[in-house]
Order: sequence, then C-alpha cells, then structure tokens
Amino acid sequence: MPRPGFVLDVDRSTPPVLFHHGEQLRLEKLPPGRSRIIYPAEPLAALDHPDAAIADALANPLGDSEPLAALLRPGMKLTIAFDDISLPLPPMRRPDIRQRVIEQVLDLAAAAGVDDVMLIAALALHRRMTEDELRHAVGDRVYDAFAPHGLLINHDAEDPDNLTEIGTTERGEVVEINRRAAESDLIVYVNINLVAMDGGWKSTATGLSSYKSLRHHHNVETMEHSRSFMDQHNSELHRSNWRMGKVLRDSGIKIFQIETTMNNDVFGTSGPMSVLQKREWEWTARDRLAVGAMKRGLDVMSAKARRQVFHSWRAPHAMTSVQAGEVEAVHKVTTDNVYAQHLVPVSGQTDILTMGLPYIGPYNVNSVMNPILVMCLGLGYFFNLYKGQPLVRAGGVVIMSHPTPWDFHPVHHPSYIDFFEQVLADTTDPREIEKRYEKQFAEDEWYRHLYRTSHAYHGVHPFYMWYWGAHALSHLGRVIIVGGDRAAVDRLGFTAASTLRDALEMASDTVGPHATITHLHNPPILMADVT
Amino acid sequence: MRALVYKRKPLRFAAAVAAGRLAPGAGAGIGPLSHDDIDPPALPGPDWVRLTPRLAGICGSDLATIDGQSSRWFEPVVSFPFVPGHEVVADVVGDDNADGTPHRVVLEPVLGCVTRGIAPVCSACAAGNLGNCTNITFGAITPGLQSGYCCDTGGGWSSEMVAHRSQLHRVPDTMDDLAAVMVEPTACAVHAALAAGIEPGATVVVQGAGTLGLLCIAAVRRFTAAGTVIAVAKHPVQREWARQFGADMVVAPDEVARAVRRATGTMAVGDGHIDRLAGGADAVVDCVGSSDSLTTALSVVRPRGQVTVVGMAGATRLDLTGLWQREIRMVGAYAYGTETLADGTTARTFDLAFDLVAAADLGRLVSATYPLDRYRDAIAHAAGAGARGAVKVAFDMRRPADRTADAARRSAIPASTQPGAH
Repeated sequence: MPRPGFVLDVDRSTPPVLFHHGEQLRLEKLPPGRSRIIYPAEPLAALDHPDAAIADALANPLGDSEPLAALLRPGMKLTIAFDDISLPLPPMRRPDIRQRVIEQVLDLAAAAGVDDVMLIAALALHRRMTEDELRHAVGDRVYDAFAPHGLLINHDAEDPDNLTEIGTTERGEVVEINRRAAESDLIVYVNINLVAMDGGWKSTATGLSSYKSLRHHHNVETMEHSRSFMDQHNSELHRSNWRMGKVLRDSGIKIFQIETTMNNDVFGTSGPMSVLQKREWEWTARDRLAVGAMKRGLDVMSAKARRQVFHSWRAPHAMTSVQAGEVEAVHKVTTDNVYAQHLVPVSGQTDILTMGLPYIGPYNVNSVMNPILVMCLGLGYFFNLYKGQPLVRAGGVVIMSHPTPWDFHPVHHPSYIDFFEQVLADTTDPREIEKRYEKQFAEDEWYRHLYRTSHAYHGVHPFYMWYWGAHALSHLGRVIIVGGDRAAVDRLGFTAASTLRDALEMASDTVGPHATITHLHNPPILMADVT
Repeated sequence: MRALVYKRKPLRFAAAVAAGRLAPGAGAGIGPLSHDDIDPPALPGPDWVRLTPRLAGICGSDLATIDGQSSRWFEPVVSFPFVPGHEVVADVVGDDNADGTPHRVVLEPVLGCVTRGIAPVCSACAAGNLGNCTNITFGAITPGLQSGYCCDTGGGWSSEMVAHRSQLHRVPDTMDDLAAVMVEPTACAVHAALAAGIEPGATVVVQGAGTLGLLCIAAVRRFTAAGTVIAVAKHPVQREWARQFGADMVVAPDEVARAVRRATGTMAVGDGHIDRLAGGADAVVDCVGSSDSLTTALSVVRPRGQVTVVGMAGATRLDLTGLWQREIRMVGAYAYGTETLADGTTARTFDLAFDLVAAADLGRLVSATYPLDRYRDAIAHAAGAGARGAVKVAFDMRRPADRTADAARRSAIPASTQPGAH
C-alpha cells in the first residue's frame, strides 16, 4: 500500500533535503523550527493488465457515449489525435501509453472496416515532433503503417488550408481547429493526464487549435484569474476551454475521449536514480553514497554530458487508470484519479516557498531548459500546483534552485532568444509584454516558417510561458534563484543568490527574519490542497 | 606654456603600441606623449588669433594615436611635434565682449585652403566641404589635417594655441562650456547622419555607443526621418543614453542580426540561428570601425543598403563577398562641411551641431574633466569610458573662477527637450 504524501516539520534531526537543480543536485539544510517539507505520495499501484483495462474502457464508455466499436463503420472518416512530446514527463519507457491505446483503437477500426484514418499529434503551437519522438509515442508498427503515407502528421496551426472555424462562444471566443479533425465523422482523442490541468475539452479545443483560437485563453487576464490553472473549477483557462468545447459539441463534431492517468514512479524503485524518489531520512548509507557520487559526478561533467545523461532517462511510470467516452464525464473521473496520486493536504500558507527545479519541463524535452522555461516551470507550474490558496502568502517569496544558464536551443526555441534579448530587456510586466510585443512575434513570418518546416515552437510561445507565471508574479513580493546565472536571472527580473542561506537572508528583507518556510519536494509531482 | 606634446619617438611609439594592446590608454604612460613646457606657437599670419583653451575633449582618434593603434595613413598628413586636441572650446585673446570677458569660441579644426593661405581654394573648399580639402599638406602652415595634428597651430590640450579666424564659431551666452566642447564631435555625427543615405521610415543600425555613436543616434533622430533605430551598445550606461537619444531598440553586439531581423520582419537562413539575413537594415552607421563591427554591418544591411563608416577604421580585414553579391554601398563619413537637408536647403554642419547640442542638452555627456597634469588618468578614463559608465572625458584648463561662472551659466539654461521628441 503506497504511503500518501505528507508534511514534515523540520527539526534539528532532519537531514539535508534534496533540491533538484536543473541537471545537478543540491543538498540543503532547512532552518529547524520554522520549516516544513511537503512530500509527494508514493507511486500508486499500476494497473495489473493495462491492455485489458483499455479494452474495457473502450467497450464501456462513460457519459452519453456508445462503445467505440459501435461508433465505427465502413466508409467513415476517423481522426485519432494524441498528446504530443510535452507529455508525460520524463518520457516513459516503451510501450508508451499512447501506443497501447492507439493500437487498440486501430484494431477496432480495422475490424469495423474503417479505412480513412488519420493520426495527428495535437501539438497546438508546440514544436513538431521528430520521427524518433513519434515512433516512441505511437510505436513502430503504427508509425510504419501510417507515416510513410502521410497519414500520421503533426498538427499545423499555421496552415490556413487545414484549419476551419467552427464558431464562437457566448463570450466571442473564436473556435478554430484542424480541418481534417473537424470534418471527420469521429475524433478519438488519446490523452495522457500527467497533471490536473491536462485533458477534458482542453485536449481538442487547445491541442488541435490555432493562435486565433488560443489567444482567447492563453493571455494574462485569463492566467491571473486561474487560481490555480491546476484546479479546473477555479480556472478561467478551463472555463474558456469548456465554452469552446460546447461550441464543438453543438456544431456536431463527435469526440470519443480516452484519458489515462499515471503514477508518480519517475525515478523507479531500483537502480541508480531510485534514491531521488526516497525520503531523505530513510536513505541508507548506500543511498547517501549514491547521492554523493551522483552529485560529484554531475558537478564535474560538461553541461552537454549532463544533459545527455538526464534526457536519455525514460521513466518507469505506469498507467493507473483509463477511461473513455464523453469528454466531461471522462474528465471528471480522470481528475479524481490524478488527485488521488498528487493531492497532499497542507494547513496554511507560508512566507517563503522553496523549490528545486528539475532538468525537465513540458517544453524542453530533448532540449535546453532556457531561462524563460525556468521561470515558467517555477512560477507557472510549481507555483500553481495548489488547490484552495497558493502555498505561499501574498507578498511572500519564492526561492527556486536552478543554474538558469543563458542558453537556448536555437532550433526549438528561436523566438525565445528574441523574447529574452528584446522583450525582457525592455520589461518583465506580462501585461506590457502582451500589449506591446505579442502580435509582432505571433505574426512573424520567419517564426511561422520555422514552426511549420523545422522543429520550432511557435513565435508566440515564449509569451505564453511568461503569462503562465503572471499569477505568481502579481502574487509574490520577490523571486530568488539559487545558483542562477546572474545576468540571466537579472534579465528575468529576479534576484540571484549563491546559496540557499544567502537566499533566505535576502528573503528576510521582504518577509522578515523569522519567516516560515515550505519546501515543495517535487519531483515526483505533488499538488498541495491548502486549507 | 604647459602642453601635452606628441613627438616622433620611435622607441616610445613601439612601447605605446605594446602597452596599448595590453590595456587601452596605457600608451599615455610610456609612449611619445609628454607634459612639457614649450613656447607658444607663433601666429602664422594676419588672420590668425591666439586662443586660450577652456575645455578640450579626448576623442577616439586621439586615443588611437596615443596607443599607437592609428593607421600609418596619417603619417604624411600630420607634422611633429604636435599638441593634440581638436575638440576645443576656448577664449579668443584680444577679442573681448562689452563686459571685458573674452569671446568664447568653438574651434572648427579642419585646416583647409583658407587657413593655409591657398588661393584659389580647392573645389571641395569652394563647395564648403572642408573635410574633403585636397591641400591639407600644403600652403603657409605645416602639414596637418586638423588643428591638434599640426606642428604650427598647437592643439587644445594646452594653455595656448593659434587658430585662423575662419575656424572660429562664437558660443552663445546661453551655452555653457560643457555643451560647447561637444559641438565638434556632434558636427561629425551630424555629417555622418546626413551622409548615411537614410530615407524616411528607414531601419537604421548605429553600431557603437561611445560618444560618436550616441551623437549619431541623436543626429539621426533630429535630422532624418528614420523609422526604427537600433543601437548597438555594450555597457549599461550607454544603453540608457542610447534610449534617451531616440534608439527604439538597444542590443548587445552579438544580438544585432536577430534585432535587425525582428525589426524588419525579414526571413533568415538558418534553423533558428541566423546564418544570413534575407533582407536587412536600410542603413548601418558604424561608429566602431573594427573588423568585427564592419563584418556585422555588411551582414545586417539589406541588398543595396548603405554602410557608413564613421569610426576610424584603420587597417582592417574584411570579407567583401556580401558587399559584391548584395550590391551594398560602403562609404566613409569624416569631419564636416556643408550639408544638404531633406527639404533641399543647405547649412554649415557646425550650425546644425550647435542646434543639436542645445536641443538635446549634449553637455550632459561630459562625464569627467581633468587638469593637464593628470593626463594619464584622463586618458585611462577616456579609454575605459564605457565600462566605467562615462562618455566624454575632457581636459579642463579653466581658472576656478571661470569654472564657477560656467556652472552658473549651466544652471540658468532651461531644461531642454530630448532629441527623440523632434
């Protein structure tokens, strides 16, 4: 029986706590008497027979939906859309969940005589997946059967010939999605629900849409009113997607949603990385030696070698549930299953929230965690991993640990470089940024060209990363990055500190000398239910 | 009289070359420049007057000379020993105002035909383009392209020099000495801005944000209808000044290509990094003159655009394939003369410079002044100006009372508008 997540009050006997630090590790002693650590739950049990569970979900759908087999017929047009490279994190060991699900969907389609099938990576404005990444997601058999015939493609949100406007919501939000999907008799959406933000109407209304549609909810106003965007019932981001979902449903577009959840088994229960998943006071002498050796080894490696080590890691995380059918009915169950793994009850807010940012986030898989993505991971994702109220009080301080190098992947993140060099050099205010620069970047022809023909995130994407942190930026009194490159941290508008001790001293200028401290021990992922 | 004198001393010159390579400005301590007692220069003719310099700026070309980094091109067109200093505001000895104070003047240092007693004057001088005079080594005075490089005239880094009356521009009572010493470098910038082929709405890159670069930004904004102006600056203070003087974007030297691409919306060759721009800026004003800056200039200017070389370039290695293939114009801009403005009218560059200095309150750019006997400190400060948060460094030969009076004059000047507002 896996142990649930819990909150540890730090005392003098508490050992140094592990902070992820990009592609490195730090061990930090938190001040006793005023610090606490939130630990994630241990990995939930995996489904014993995932393939059988998938088959059962397809045959016994939730909500107002017939079984998938009953929806398939000869002569129909079927589109299978699936989540892109941003999920799961880290990438999972083969077979990927998407492969398991898609193979069963295709078997049913074949059995029903469906021969017009298209697979689309629902990447919205993310970068196009490479062949290797697509093979990993859908498996070689599916890839080889479809890709050579142009039937397995990356969604192109800048292809005017293959987008279609479905309608507008009652708030005037334009709903535009992939034409092939919209004109299909059935869309089967294959989802991996890593965090509570994922899934539901967001899958189709965001994953298959365009800038014209996305700009209605990927903006500062929406993000400041999503408290948090991980809590769909208090998230304007989700309300907007749900409004768009209603437009899709009312237009007659038929969607069969398949959602899956996975456990927290990021580093495994055995092997060299497994110690990163253990609680520090339970480390054996061997574990301590392993962490020490790993830390020293990483410290002396080149940045390139470190990146290679971490990004080659394939996580053993396993499927904990699968449900299929009508979008909202499915997503309700999915969310409960995500919460079962992630939610940790926490009493009250803190003055200082500390977090060790790992090497990976949704937008740097097989890539570089550039400074903008550091901001987004810390102030977008980690800060928003709450229900109820933020872990840190208004006017409080977030201390993140990450080297934050002034380093970008030019192929994946070309507009990020320009955003960093021009926009952030001018202002870090999300509203000013949105007002003065978004349109220029969103409509830049070179970025469009790179998004469509290479493997570049869309020109507007760095803006969304910054907006993702807008709620935190308006909420916090100060942001400090331990071990961050000073020039890069300065450009972000934050403060760099050499050590956690220095950072806590700096934070005392904002929250006083006896401030309470909470450490978010993530990864593996946890979500604080703050009361 | 006391003066800083630059003599032809090969061994000291060699030492300055070595020292200057190690640390910019270090040539002042070991090279051919010395602080000496010398006889005042004789008046070369009846139209010449004595000047007592009040302030004399330190220019980039002075620094290159002191560190032995300037081109051998200049050897035949200067005469040794010379007293440097061509950015000069001075009192005219014997020309007094009604209250007994001497006339304050700014020196236009080019030594053209008139100053040399050559008649008829060359065609360039006849057209008012003194900077292009073809007689700078001939006539009644020794060779020297400008005062400050001529044995006979002396220069501003002294307590006394001589000048031809045609070289003098009266300083208005409303202009203080700090502003006045900026007129000569501003004239260079005005000339460069008007020579840069800037059409209305053009995207212009100004490389370098030392004194000349900043003044070029101000001049481009005041005398052209440029669209987007991109300034290339290394140091924080330079970035701030560049913005104040009207730059829309201020970028680091390794960010220029991306900035130009963003500003022009052009496509680029390269998978996220930029190998080549498809288009580019309409005009690049290069105030650095290095191989790197000129290479950058050629890579970011559009086909048939213009690169204007304003910074003293010296012997430079360049790949000119792009210039050939994209039919880029590359032109120099030196000194000043007579300008043709957008409306077709003509004006003396110095008159335009006086106007710009007053309008933009360019005296603010004088960051520090030194007495002559602290010339090593002054040169070191000027050579490291950007990194030390400074712009213009000048020698101050004024008496304390003059300095106080000038400070009072400055405090009486109303706050000026910024150049970007015009």
